[in-house]
Order: sequence, then structure tokens, then C-alpha cells
Amino acid sequence: MARIAGVNIPTGKRVPIALTYIHGIGPAAANHIVETLKIDPTRRVNELSDDEVVSIREFIDGNLTVEGDLRREVQMNIKRMMDIGSYRGLRHRRNLPVRGQRTHTNARTRKGPAKAIAGKKK
Amino acid sequence: MSRSVWKGPFVDAYVLKKAEKARDSGRNEVIKIWSRRSTILPQFVGLTFGVYNGKKHIPVNVSEDMIGQKFGEYSPTRTYYGHAADKKAKRK
Repeated sequence: MARIAGVNIPTGKRVPIALTYIHGIGPAAANHIVETLKIDPTRRVNELSDDEVVSIREFIDGNLTVEGDLRREVQMNIKRMMDIGSYRGLRHRRNLPVRGQRTHTNARTRKGPAKAIAGKKK
Repeated sequence: MSRSVWKGPFVDAYVLKKAEKARDSGRNEVIKIWSRRSTILPQFVGLTFGVYNGKKHIPVNVSEDMIGQKFGEYSPTRTYYGHAADKKAKRK
């Protein structure tokens, strides 16, 4: 059990895979971390020494925005767009797709489950 | 794909001219523009533009956050008031 970046406790998986359990670290960032710290990517998290865990923790603290900070940053960006009244902000406000997708059909991810319209069929 | 940096931001020439004029003179009148495709530049901050949406000029007060985006983003072209309640459904 290793705690990295707050509450995340990745398992007995290979180090780069385990790191992707942290919000804000994907495969690319995970491989980058492993490469710069010269950790063998085939090793597992429970095989890491305490020093190595500390070095990973410090690298993330110093170079990346993860977890709560990242979530806050994204929320702030969305809020900023809503406040200045830009088109993207308006779309966020209405919970509709922001990047120009069609809304005639689909767009269910943003709109949520389909609502039945009374008396539509015949 | 985003625009090449070496080209610089795109702004229709007449927008620049109008903005400069407004800046030199007594400021706070609305600058009517039709160029929704123009980038908002740092020197536009504080000015008010009337951005055409196909029907009328929507007043847009340019703030610092808007730099780098296009004027069109602040002047919606569609009106939508939601769906009216269905008459047939009520009769049932």
C-alpha cells in the first residue's frame, strides 16, 4: 500500500499502470514519470522502496497538477466561460454539448436519459 | 487544428481601424462590427463592440478574459425558447 498524491492507493500492479489510477495522470504522464526517475516499468508498486515512492511523490508534487487541484482548475475554467457569456459558457449552462455536436439526436451524455414526450406517437 | 503562430492573430482590418478611432476619441460608444471571425486583441479591452448576430448588433463589453477568442462567441445567432407544451397531449 503506497499513498501517492493524497488518497490514491494503487495496488500490486506495474508502476506505470498503477500511477494512472491518479486523476490527472494518464499513460503518457505515467511513463514519463517512470522514465525520468529511472524506475523499471515492469516492477510492481509493492516492490518499490520507500525512497522510490518518495521520489515519485515529490516528482508529482513539483511537476503535475493532479486530483483536487486539477478538478478545481477545470471547474474554474468552465466557470470563467460561463461568467463572460461566451458561447461555450452558454452551452455549459444549459448542459448541452459544447463542441458543436448535433443535438437533434444523440448527445445523451450531456442531456441525460431520454425524456418521454407525451403524445408524440400518433 | 489551431492556427500557426507565425501568422499572428486574425483581425479584419476595419475592426482595428474602428477600435483605434474609438480609443482616441471619447470612448464609450458602441463600435458596430460585422466581423464575428476577428480575434479579440489585448488592445480591445475596455471597449464596447456591437457584434452583429445576423439580425442586430449585440453589445459586448470586452474584458481581459475574452482575449484570444473570437467576437462571434459573444453574440449568439440562434434564439430558442424551449418547446411549447403539446396541444394533443393536453386533450387526452
